Amino acid sequence: MKKMLYIASLLGAGLMTSLHAVAGVDAARQNELLYFIKHDCGSCHGMTLKGGLGPALLPETLAAKPRDYLVNTILLGRENTAMPPWNTMLSRDDAEWITEQLQDGKVMETELVLNKKSQDLSGTGK
Amino acid sequence: MIRPLSISALRSALLGTCLLLAANVFARGTGDLGIVIERADGSVQVVETSTNSSLGRIEGLGDLSHASAVYSRDEQFAYIFGRDGGLTKIDIIDKKIVKRIMQSGNSIGGAISQDGRLVAVSNYKPGGVKIFDADTLELVANIPATYGDQGLQSKVIGLVDAPGQKFVFSLWDAGEIWVADMTDVNKPVITKFKDIGKNPYDALITPDGRYYIAGLFGEDGMVLLDLWNLDAGTRRILDGYGKGEKKLPVYKMPHLEGWAIAGNFAFVPAVGHHEVLVINTLDWSEAGRIKVHGQPVFVMARPDGRNIWVNFAVPNNDTLQVIDTQSLKIIKTLTPGKGVLHMEFEPRGGQVWASIRDEDRIAVFDTETLQQLVTFDAKKPSGIFFTSRAHRIGL
Repeated sequence: MKKMLYIASLLGAGLMTSLHAVAGVDAARQNELLYFIKHDCGSCHGMTLKGGLGPALLPETLAAKPRDYLVNTILLGRENTAMPPWNTMLSRDDAEWITEQLQDGKVMETELVLNKKSQDLSGTGK
Repeated sequence: MIRPLSISALRSALLGTCLLLAANVFARGTGDLGIVIERADGSVQVVETSTNSSLGRIEGLGDLSHASAVYSRDEQFAYIFGRDGGLTKIDIIDKKIVKRIMQSGNSIGGAISQDGRLVAVSNYKPGGVKIFDADTLELVANIPATYGDQGLQSKVIGLVDAPGQKFVFSLWDAGEIWVADMTDVNKPVITKFKDIGKNPYDALITPDGRYYIAGLFGEDGMVLLDLWNLDAGTRRILDGYGKGEKKLPVYKMPHLEGWAIAGNFAFVPAVGHHEVLVINTLDWSEAGRIKVHGQPVFVMARPDGRNIWVNFAVPNNDTLQVIDTQSLKIIKTLTPGKGVLHMEFEPRGGQVWASIRDEDRIAVFDTETLQQLVTFDAKKPSGIFFTSRAHRIGL
């Protein structure tokens, strides 16, 4: 059984990496970051990113903004607002990956894909 | 001494049972019940605190991130305020949704009036407060939080009920506190207090319903409004509490709740400092600061006021600290698991429930031994609300 799980997790890592190959952000980290976006960014921006105390993080509000500007906002925060600097918890690679997900509106979609893959996987593991 | 039951006593006992059965097969009181918000799934778990068990789940409540709840005075119904602007009335006995409406695009919290007939919701978008009939959820009053000369609308936070059929709330963008007197629902009387300070982020009302205190995010300080003496206006307290110290990042907005009052002390989270601030409620002066593990989020007094329990923002949200209110020292640091979001004390304080979001479970602690008693499953739990709130001002 242990062996099965091991194989399953190897398979899983392979599948996820092939989904989103981003330098410095492996599949496991992507999963963590998705959770982070939903629950920690979500505490101000809303779990579905439609906004709260902070503005909405939907592609229609973010797509036109320069990528570097958003990456820097995540890492360094925004003065005189409630947006804190996240560079104590996130690397530049993390912030770039998050920005890409948000600008392209892929957060919910990516999560679905990852969930589906892990469900498929639990099927093969049995 | 055991006395044999008399025939008449037996008869009335039997009759009583039959009547109960006829009325509702599952009749039971609700005084030991509560709900746990399952934020990601849009569901609510109904729990009981007498033997610590789950009684079932109510689903279909929408986006419940940052959801909160108030209770009807008969403790049968809960009103759930969802982030997506949903207002849902649930029946915790029959475990079903009674009515659900989408009342705004984005909301943050709510309150129930002194007489139990009005439910108010504070909204981010469009910014303001809407007031509904608690029975039917029909809109009875709309109070847009319009401020300044440009007709801007502010996000509203820190909404509480107050004696005299009032609701009190704060305007995040405008820096104002408004008191809405709903004695005549057709003619709400609004009293506005302007220029109170920058970005009030939440507020509490003292358990006696007299003082409304808003915390400021944009400045180091809090604002006090004496509801018995509205003419006196607002007053700044703890002004500049962090002066000269570097402000630390705030990774989650702290909360203020009315029951962080213990004896003559009020305990509140500092903003941008890893401290719990102690206020002397006799003169509202600073009475001390307690260094804690991280940015405090909830600072809650055990109902008898002996201890204070504190949880923290990320990345320190795996920890709970317990402060002794006599010595003002931390007596215990617990690490129950990742994502400790909220705590709720049983009404008499013997146990405290904590939601541990990232581990999909609830942990129940004995508040004397500080040991975990039991843990059970909940899906991404956040707020925990016991029915005893039905009879507390401001909750």
